[in-house]
Amino acid sequence: MNGNRRGLRSRKCCARVLHRVVLIAIVGGVLLPIVPLLLWSVSHSWFFPQVVPSEIKLRAWSYIGSPFSKVLNALVNSLLVAGMVTVAAALLGVPAGRALGLRRFRGKAIVEFLILAPIIVPGLAVIMGVHVLFIRLGLVDTIFGVALVHLLPSLPYMIMVMSGVFANYNVEFEQQAYSLGAGRVRTFVQVTLPAVLPGMVTGALFVFLISWSQYILTVLIGGGRVITLPVLLFAFASAGDNAVTAALCIVFLAPAVLILLFTSRYLSGESGAMGGFGRL
Amino acid sequence: MKTGLSLIILLAPALIVILVLFAGGLSLGLSQSLGYMPIIGAYGFSLQAYFQLLASPGFLPSLLLTVSVSITATAIAVTLAVATALTLRKRFVGKRIISFLYQLPLTIPHLVVAVGIMMLVSQSGLLARAAFRVGLISDSSQFPVLVFDDLGIAIILVYVWKEVAFIGLIALAVLQSIGNDYEAQARSLGANSWQSFRHVLLPLIVPGILPGSIIVFAYTFSSFEVPFLLGKSFPAMLSVLSYRMYIDVDLDARPQAMAMSILIALFILILVLLYRRISQRLLRSSA
Repeated sequence: MNGNRRGLRSRKCCARVLHRVVLIAIVGGVLLPIVPLLLWSVSHSWFFPQVVPSEIKLRAWSYIGSPFSKVLNALVNSLLVAGMVTVAAALLGVPAGRALGLRRFRGKAIVEFLILAPIIVPGLAVIMGVHVLFIRLGLVDTIFGVALVHLLPSLPYMIMVMSGVFANYNVEFEQQAYSLGAGRVRTFVQVTLPAVLPGMVTGALFVFLISWSQYILTVLIGGGRVITLPVLLFAFASAGDNAVTAALCIVFLAPAVLILLFTSRYLSGESGAMGGFGRL
Repeated sequence: MKTGLSLIILLAPALIVILVLFAGGLSLGLSQSLGYMPIIGAYGFSLQAYFQLLASPGFLPSLLLTVSVSITATAIAVTLAVATALTLRKRFVGKRIISFLYQLPLTIPHLVVAVGIMMLVSQSGLLARAAFRVGLISDSSQFPVLVFDDLGIAIILVYVWKEVAFIGLIALAVLQSIGNDYEAQARSLGANSWQSFRHVLLPLIVPGILPGSIIVFAYTFSSFEVPFLLGKSFPAMLSVLSYRMYIDVDLDARPQAMAMSILIALFILILVLLYRRISQRLLRSSA
């Protein structure tokens, strides 16, 4: 009896240790690849086997800040493209998500499959064809063309997230608002929108980040004329200036971290936003 | 009638965009892979590009590398995702900060991760320096080659780092919808924690995270940026090979590039259709 209790206690203690080990592994694992980026971005000379840079200088940062480096231009382009894509995806994706989340209709499985197809079927196969199509339509080398093609990998995520949100949404609130005399617009703004906003934010986050980190679509459709941050980063990474590459990486990941700071709670909350991925 | 009309109004805009871009792009790619390129005066259809591709000596090693990298990365990511999700669903001190860190990889672009991993695990990277400091190695060349290597280890590391959070958050959502009841019941019937995980929780989680895992597999199988930065030039992963052919000045290589992309797409499509077939059959038999 006594031994049994002791066994139980040691097992509980063991579970607690395991729990802690996993938590430490999460923290360490996530931070590990970010540390060298931070160090490199401020290093002046950092040769093997020094574990930390021997000289700290902000050369890379002042280079990035100078108009000479085109970083500001790329930053504006990236924000412009990602902003356009996010707005367009919300306008197109929220209604579609509503239809898929709330309605049952014939051919629904086919529609769902069609919407998912762009994220299942590898991008290169499609993008090479889209490239040919856009050349004919005169959309290559333009910011608009780049934004349009970014919808391809991102819109499905918006629709999926919204269909998950609307599947847990109660339409009766809208009917009550109507019966109380509220119009369509008012019902949407005061009833529908507050209920689905957390999900919408999550979907918008996905869309923004997918567009923000897109390289190959931008290079092919933008033809080297539309310079976004990833395009610039790729050039620096291939050229091999570690300090500038690292600093650019930090500029590139900063907005993502900022967005996450505001939306983190929606991702693991009860909004059902991630539940949309439970189906394929 | 009215509901049918409103359904079309809700769905049509998104569907039109996806159809034009996706179906339009895919069919143009397909027709070029079959040798239909009016720009250079080729109007016929043939499977020549496919035969040339399959017969080329570079294809098989690239295919093998692609398969092994994507299977390994997905398997490791799924395992870590389930393990971490099980830990994170509990209440503990500092949960908000750790949840934030856990979600962080989701938002960080693949390119940044690729650069970070390179600076971490290359022969002059941070880990090699640390190994030198503690005396494990006496020269940078003694550190194992993890970047531009034969197995694509750095590529796998990037994908694992990125996708654990993606699958893990889905697993957390699934765990939340399952609740604690089944597990508590299993425990009260005498199952230990491993048994209740293996026989109760796991069968409930797997169907929920399978679609996400397939998305991850499809992504690693076909994505381009990471292997382009961190991979060997021979054998290169299929996507890199295909891109190199596509931007080749020799226009004859284009149909082959398209053919390779079409083959990749076809493979993934078959995989997904198979998954749907099987999961629907399982659903029907359990209902």
